[in-house]
Amino acid sequence: MHLPLSSQIINLLAAIMLLIAFAMLTQRRILTLINLFAMQGLTLTLSTAVVAWTTSQPHLYWSALITVLLKVVLLPLILHRLIRKLEVKWDVETLINIPTTMIVGIVLVILAFNVALPISALAGTITRGTLGIAMASVLLAFLMMITRSKAVPQVIGFLAMENGLFFAATSATYGMPMVVELGIALDVLVGMVILGVFFFQIRERFDSLDIRHLEKLKEE
Amino acid sequence: MLPTVSGVFAQIAELVLAVLVAPLLTGWVNMCRAWLQNRSAPPLLAPYRVLAKLFQKEPVLAHNASPLFRITPYILFGCMCLAAAIVPSLDTNLPFNTAADAIALVGLFALARVFMSLAAMDVGTAFGSLGARREMMVGFLAEPALLIVLFTASLISHTTSLATTVEKLAGMELVIYPSLAFAGVAFTMVSLAENARIPVDNPATHLELTMIHEAMILEYSGRLLALAEWAASLKLFVYSCIGIALFVPFGISDGGDWAGILLAVPVLMAKLAAGGFLLALIETLSAKMRIFRAPEFLGAAFLLAVLAMLIHFLLEG
Amino acid sequence: MSLELYLVLGIPLLGGILLGLWGHKTWAAELNAAMSALTFLAAAVLTARIISEGPMLTADEQFFVDPLNVFLVALTAFVSMTTSLFSRPYMRIEHAHGRLSDRRLRLYHSMYQMFIFTMLLVLLTNNLGILWVALEAATLTTVLLVSLYRSAASLEAAWKYFILCGVGIAQALFGTILVFSASEKMLGSGGGTLLWTRLAEVSANLEPTVMSLAFVFLLVGYGTKVGLVPLHNWLPDAHAEGPTPVSAVLSGLLLNVALYALLRCKVLVDGALQTAFTSQLLMGFGLLSVVVAAFFLSRQKDIKRMFAYSSIEHMGLVTFAFGMGGPVANFAGLLHMTVHSLTKSAIFFAVGHATQKAGTQIMDDIRGLIRINPTVGWGLMLGSIAILGLPPFGVFASEFLILTSAMRQQPWATPFLLVSLGVAFAAVFSKVQPMVFGESEGSRALKRLPHQPALLPVFVHLSIVLVLGLYIPPHLADWYRQAAKLIG
Repeated sequence: MHLPLSSQIINLLAAIMLLIAFAMLTQRRILTLINLFAMQGLTLTLSTAVVAWTTSQPHLYWSALITVLLKVVLLPLILHRLIRKLEVKWDVETLINIPTTMIVGIVLVILAFNVALPISALAGTITRGTLGIAMASVLLAFLMMITRSKAVPQVIGFLAMENGLFFAATSATYGMPMVVELGIALDVLVGMVILGVFFFQIRERFDSLDIRHLEKLKEE
Repeated sequence: MLPTVSGVFAQIAELVLAVLVAPLLTGWVNMCRAWLQNRSAPPLLAPYRVLAKLFQKEPVLAHNASPLFRITPYILFGCMCLAAAIVPSLDTNLPFNTAADAIALVGLFALARVFMSLAAMDVGTAFGSLGARREMMVGFLAEPALLIVLFTASLISHTTSLATTVEKLAGMELVIYPSLAFAGVAFTMVSLAENARIPVDNPATHLELTMIHEAMILEYSGRLLALAEWAASLKLFVYSCIGIALFVPFGISDGGDWAGILLAVPVLMAKLAAGGFLLALIETLSAKMRIFRAPEFLGAAFLLAVLAMLIHFLLEG
Repeated sequence: MSLELYLVLGIPLLGGILLGLWGHKTWAAELNAAMSALTFLAAAVLTARIISEGPMLTADEQFFVDPLNVFLVALTAFVSMTTSLFSRPYMRIEHAHGRLSDRRLRLYHSMYQMFIFTMLLVLLTNNLGILWVALEAATLTTVLLVSLYRSAASLEAAWKYFILCGVGIAQALFGTILVFSASEKMLGSGGGTLLWTRLAEVSANLEPTVMSLAFVFLLVGYGTKVGLVPLHNWLPDAHAEGPTPVSAVLSGLLLNVALYALLRCKVLVDGALQTAFTSQLLMGFGLLSVVVAAFFLSRQKDIKRMFAYSSIEHMGLVTFAFGMGGPVANFAGLLHMTVHSLTKSAIFFAVGHATQKAGTQIMDDIRGLIRINPTVGWGLMLGSIAILGLPPFGVFASEFLILTSAMRQQPWATPFLLVSLGVAFAAVFSKVQPMVFGESEGSRALKRLPHQPALLPVFVHLSIVLVLGLYIPPHLADWYRQAAKLIG
């Protein structure tokens, strides 16, 4: 039983999203990380546009437009400027080594697929198979946040998690109402701006963006 | 299923073609690489001349070389010929189908690897052991990845027999299978590692400390060396054929048709030429990794293969 | 058309913008207090209207006001007003001590008003998506406030706050998406699918599996912001390192608002499931929070951290009460939300000035407050007594009601609750008593403050709590009962 072409394209884009999530997990250079994030945003936009075209829902075109403006153009731009000013280039250390991270990542992917199976069966959209991939992307981004020791990759992991959630929204429900999406986009943008300010404060205080400086407050 | 005449013919043709064309493929890859690096290329038939030269020379062996050392090149060559016979490159109606499937194929490669490593350690030189250790490490990581790639293809065709898999895949309409796409990338990474290509190992290096494959055949000379080199070219040929059979199977005839088999030969040559160029391109664009990064590279390949399988279950199951 | 509602939302928003421009002027603190007072007036008018006319649904069904959220709106507006009154001299003293520059004061004042705006938006919106957006915005406005002092510890606290609450709230987003997918089947796509009122009507027909999974995510997400254990790690740090007015509004208001969001979701999920699933989860997390917080409380050395753990404990208690359900437990929960909010903010007011006088937050270094400044000393003492649940303060009444409901409905939990409350009582009392009455040694002498501390808000709050402990006006009781019925 073969799916129609549009479903195949969406499945392919979903697979690429998962691949990018893994690539971000194992990436060492922050510059490439930001570019991967931009690519993830692009994949998301394409997927939303294809869904918009197949199901004739014009509001999804607007959603795709917001995504491309925010996640492919604006946020990577802000991030690039940030790392240029902060002079951060390389993040060599991860808290656990890369092969172990990859294995943990695979386990999380299997977990996500299992959890998503019953929900996918209940959803009524054409893209419901991709809900598992969306959840897997979220979990992988979360893993990336935990295993990094510098501030900027942690934030990129956070944004990637939000990408995964957005993908889950489009795959399970054809996107949220416009006003909500605008609100979320605004939140993300404001959050980035605040974080930018915050990074400078951290750097000013500690002369580095290593997160381990920020672990002194512990329970006595 | 009784072997048909065309089947037997196809089988023999495949084997002869593999043995004869493998050095040509190696020469083609070297030529493309030279072009891409803006050097003047060695002649296309150079590997044949090297083989001819080596066959005329007498092998010089160390005092403490055991019989294992002497028969290993023959075993290597034999394994690779057998592998070439199993992989359906011209036709899927091969008499050897019932003898071996995808898992046995991986086993054949493992057999070859074990013997080569043993022979490398046999004479007791430092570089031999070094090469053997590294080869085992690469193999230990690459084998599972290869297995899972083959499993992914098998899941789509519901059988592990390579010929049946190829038949099914060739017969399907043009469908985008993300799992096969991922499996293809994983397979490319594994074949780069197994065939001792950049970024895992430099086939043209003369620095012993950076060698993996070359270090193991350092002690061979004369016709033994010729056989070992030929076996290496055959391995590259067989891997390319596996890749072609799984991922671009159009043109492989599906049994019984003489015209189909004859047509399959130029199609195969064309695909091999394209594959060789791609390999040269990858080699030119990448740099050789440091040895301790090889596990990461292969771990990524393993990961991609597992992902391919998981995606198959999720999206296509 | 409801003018009061738009005023309630519009005034803080306007205040944020104005203070963004002029927050560093000498009259900025007065402007802040004035805007908060106006907000409170609008909220009072709105409350009166809801009480007399009943629930209101306006602006194309985007805003919904019923007894449950209007009482929280009134509480939020009131506490934010008194906190702004307290913040006026407090920030002035901080400025005089050189701990804050003009630019930071501007940031502080404008973010304060924006924070109030986002909280009121959470309370008044009918759209679950906007609720999420506003709660996330509330986190964002306070991140920079927590790191206001730019010390190493405050940066760490703000970072933890941002990351933990951000991750938590992303889970809540996923939960909201799941609710949306369940509701789309019933209500079709389009703007109406995330409206709480519509969802409440069709809740019996929503898919049970999806809704229960959604509730788990929503509980993890919004529960992080309520401070439920084990998602509470950001709370003690954020309270200890931020300026005291921020600690007061975080403890007194944000926790309540996040719990409100959780309650609205609980009502929907209960309608869909018709089982005790949500009750069990809420009771479990609530009880865990009470027990864990009580034990951590006894090990604290920093006064603001100690009271932060006390907030976790009390919110756990309220969550437990709502988990039990039924008219009495819900009534007790709502009452406890009110009195905790008032008492905790009063305590933070007193603590703020006490730490300013002593120059430190470590409890062992503060002694003999009652001698140097009796009002601060008595404020702290009475506030601590109130929060520990001693009669005749209101906290005793609500805790009593919760414990008796627990004895009737969930007797197994009662020993845990009693032990935890006892441990907390002993810990806090033993630490506060020497701070207020102890001998002050010469080297740890308390300084004079350059400006007159504002202690009127402390006593206003405490007297309200006292009154509520002795006698709940029938009007108010009725109001609580109506709200309790809505929670189910």
